[in-house]
Amino acid sequence: MKEDLNLLEQAAHNDYKYGFVTNIDTDTIPKGLSEAVIELISKKKNEPEWMLKWRLKAYAHWLKMEEPTWPNVKYPPINYQDIIYYAAPKKKEQLNSLDEVDPELLRTFEKLGISLDEQKRLSGVAVDVVMDSVSIATSFKEQLSEIGVIFCSISEAIQQHPELVKKYLGSVVPMTDNYFSALNSAVFTDGSFCYIPKGVRCPMELSTYFRINAENSGQFERTLIIAEDESYVSYLEGCTAPMRDENQLHAAVVELVAMEKAEIKYSTVQNWYPGDKNGQGGIYNFVTKRGICAGNHSKISWTQVETGSAITWKYPSVILKGDYSIGEFYSVAFTNHHQQADTGTKMIHLGKNTRSRIVAKGISAGQSNNSYRGLVRASKQATNARNYSQCDSLLLGDQCGAHTFPYIEVKNKTAIVEHEATTSKIGEDQLFYCRQRGIDAEAAVALIVNGFAKEVMNQLPMEFAIEAQKLLAISMEGSVG
Amino acid sequence: MTNVNYFKDQFSALQTSDPNELLTGIRKENFDTFSRSGLPTLRQEEWKYTNISSLFDKDYEFAADQEISPYLLSSLEEIRINGHQNANELVFLNGRYSPSLSAVRSPESQLVVLPLEEAIDSKYKALVAMHLGQSSSYIKDGIHALNTSFIHGGLFLYIPKGQQLLHPVYIYHLSDAGQQHTLSQPRSLIYVEAQAKFQLAETYKTLGTCESFTNEVMEIVVEADAFVEYYKIQNDGPNAHQTNTTHIRQMEKSHVHTVVLSLNGGMVRNNLNLVMDARGNETHLYGLSLLRGKTHVDNHTMIDNKMPDCYSNQLYKSVADDASTSIFSGRIIVQPDAQKTNAYQSSKNILLSEQASINAKPQLEIFADDVKCSHGCTVGQLDEEALYYLRARGIPKEKAEVLLLHAFAADIVDQIKLEPLQKYTEKLIYEHLTVS
Repeated sequence: MKEDLNLLEQAAHNDYKYGFVTNIDTDTIPKGLSEAVIELISKKKNEPEWMLKWRLKAYAHWLKMEEPTWPNVKYPPINYQDIIYYAAPKKKEQLNSLDEVDPELLRTFEKLGISLDEQKRLSGVAVDVVMDSVSIATSFKEQLSEIGVIFCSISEAIQQHPELVKKYLGSVVPMTDNYFSALNSAVFTDGSFCYIPKGVRCPMELSTYFRINAENSGQFERTLIIAEDESYVSYLEGCTAPMRDENQLHAAVVELVAMEKAEIKYSTVQNWYPGDKNGQGGIYNFVTKRGICAGNHSKISWTQVETGSAITWKYPSVILKGDYSIGEFYSVAFTNHHQQADTGTKMIHLGKNTRSRIVAKGISAGQSNNSYRGLVRASKQATNARNYSQCDSLLLGDQCGAHTFPYIEVKNKTAIVEHEATTSKIGEDQLFYCRQRGIDAEAAVALIVNGFAKEVMNQLPMEFAIEAQKLLAISMEGSVG
Repeated sequence: MTNVNYFKDQFSALQTSDPNELLTGIRKENFDTFSRSGLPTLRQEEWKYTNISSLFDKDYEFAADQEISPYLLSSLEEIRINGHQNANELVFLNGRYSPSLSAVRSPESQLVVLPLEEAIDSKYKALVAMHLGQSSSYIKDGIHALNTSFIHGGLFLYIPKGQQLLHPVYIYHLSDAGQQHTLSQPRSLIYVEAQAKFQLAETYKTLGTCESFTNEVMEIVVEADAFVEYYKIQNDGPNAHQTNTTHIRQMEKSHVHTVVLSLNGGMVRNNLNLVMDARGNETHLYGLSLLRGKTHVDNHTMIDNKMPDCYSNQLYKSVADDASTSIFSGRIIVQPDAQKTNAYQSSKNILLSEQASINAKPQLEIFADDVKCSHGCTVGQLDEEALYYLRARGIPKEKAEVLLLHAFAADIVDQIKLEPLQKYTEKLIYEHLTVS
């Protein structure tokens, strides 16, 4: 066991590898939040009048709300007047090729090991890079527009496709939904917009890399994905952020709409700065993600690998409105040092013959706390609704916590809901078995943890699975090779 | 809530009429809590599914002291549990322990039965002072505080060291709601000394047609190597509502076995708390709710594992028919020191009607790594194939369903180790399932 302790010790001393600050001139506005600030953001982004009204309405509502205190996380009170709500890189001209991108930015991506260049060549992934809050480079756009797929920043969509934005923005996550969605609705600066027309199967994985860059700038991303009848899209989202001391708030909103027979697959790899080993700094990741299976036979699948952030607090949810619709949630949440995660999902069964599946794996190490919180609701109309949930927790170390809070609400007599949860540490017999066969302790722990998370990792698209495994490995370094 | 002033007046009256030094302090503290937080509402997480404050639209009052009438005696006869000739029968009338209605059959060397106030004036004073009100540190809501603010006419039981109690204790709660909506608040403290063995069963009966609300708190301390069996039978009228808290503190290597059976009633909330205050304890919790009509039963369990090497197992089953609601919320806490904890929990539910609903919330909060904890929860229907099997053999649908429900219930009924009580519950369940 002494060796294991050493491994865990090493893991605990593992520092964040992606901590660096890119020096790009940013165009920021002063700290604080007021109607004037919102007007300024709207003006800087050259938004139409209706958008500004929408923002102000959300702000007025936000003022009336109170910050929720129910999650199983602790953090000092956030001073919302101490946040810069807008930071855009100064060079804003449209770029057509990578040559036009700021070389400093390109170097950032090289440090991350994900050069745009390489990604474009090797994997055919269209990358919409969000550096701070404004899109800088967009690739494969022309190829996508040929088949009618709209993939652009949300600011661009507001300018060019106002009818779509007007129709769907806030339709899944209303501005009044919760404290952070209201805040996001008031001050969101950018994000992605994606529209897949009827019958189109998007030929490539769409991906966005979010990075928080300017000091003290909160990120308020807004993502909206609409899949029309019989369409398919797989969307990837991944994050890394530079090291810094002050906590940063990230309150994004993601909305998915799947019409009849449409399928949306949304994958996330989240590796924001988790704070140092004493719990100093790190990102607050308070995100509202929700999809609606609006049409019959539609499907929404969330997959997430959460290794970063000081606090992760999010519940990617699916409203199963259409008959025969399917919701899926696959999650691996790894917490180390003083990280806190309160994450899970909500599956709201409204339509007939709807199905949902939840697989959540939590791994806690160091002094961290990892909670699964989920809701499965079968409403009165949800005849033959079916759910299966499984949450497993693995504890690495004796100072961490693993918690499970599932809510099950059934009001239909034909519904079948099952929930299972287990909590344990890595079995000494499992380790012994591996060691006996000549696998060293470090590799054995890696093997067991990989096996533990495999069911979820398998759900990630190929291009992403590799990166996800890399991130999980880095987070666990010391205990995993 | 309309009764705030009523409670205020009653509280000051009680404080003057019963100026017991120990009790007035505890009452005062809890009345402050009650005044501050009021009755629990749906906005409180622990009360998310049970709207207790809605009951208090009606004005509940405490019942006045009553003469023992033939009517009372005959009502009591109706709820006497099988094997009562061989049991200690203790009666609470409108929430106050009634020595004159009760019959203690064990010798004093095996079982000490005292009104709580008398216990405070006896050699047990230190024990009472140490253990009365321990549950307040776990349950801080207004309804629990309301019971504690009015501690009066409570019961104290003491089982001396090493006594293997031959006669079980049956507690009958009678509430007279003939003239008014009656609020009864029974309170008891039970101290089971080391190596003793103790069996307890409780049941409830409301008289009259007004609403009754029983708000009970029972605290049990189980000393080292002691063994406690605790059974609760809830089979009262639709006008009978209750919240009750059973708070059990387990010392080293003690063993606790509980079964809660809920059949008929109005709105019922059961809190069952177990605190592992020493290592090596074993705990088994079972529950069965067979609900119909508008009966609403909310079972909350909490096991706080503070010390290592404890084992606990929970199995709660429910069937919800008509417009009934069944809720199970189980919470297992494993504190940092509680290594080698094994805790298992399972909730199995059957939904039989369009208007019924089932809510479940099994929770694990774990702060130690060398543990094995699991929970499982299912909501479904009667097995189609099993029904088909029976019907293919000429058994009518209704009978086949009753048969399967019996089988579903049998797992829990089997856990009643007190034989006369097991027979009694089997009969109750048979009647309950066949009358529809």
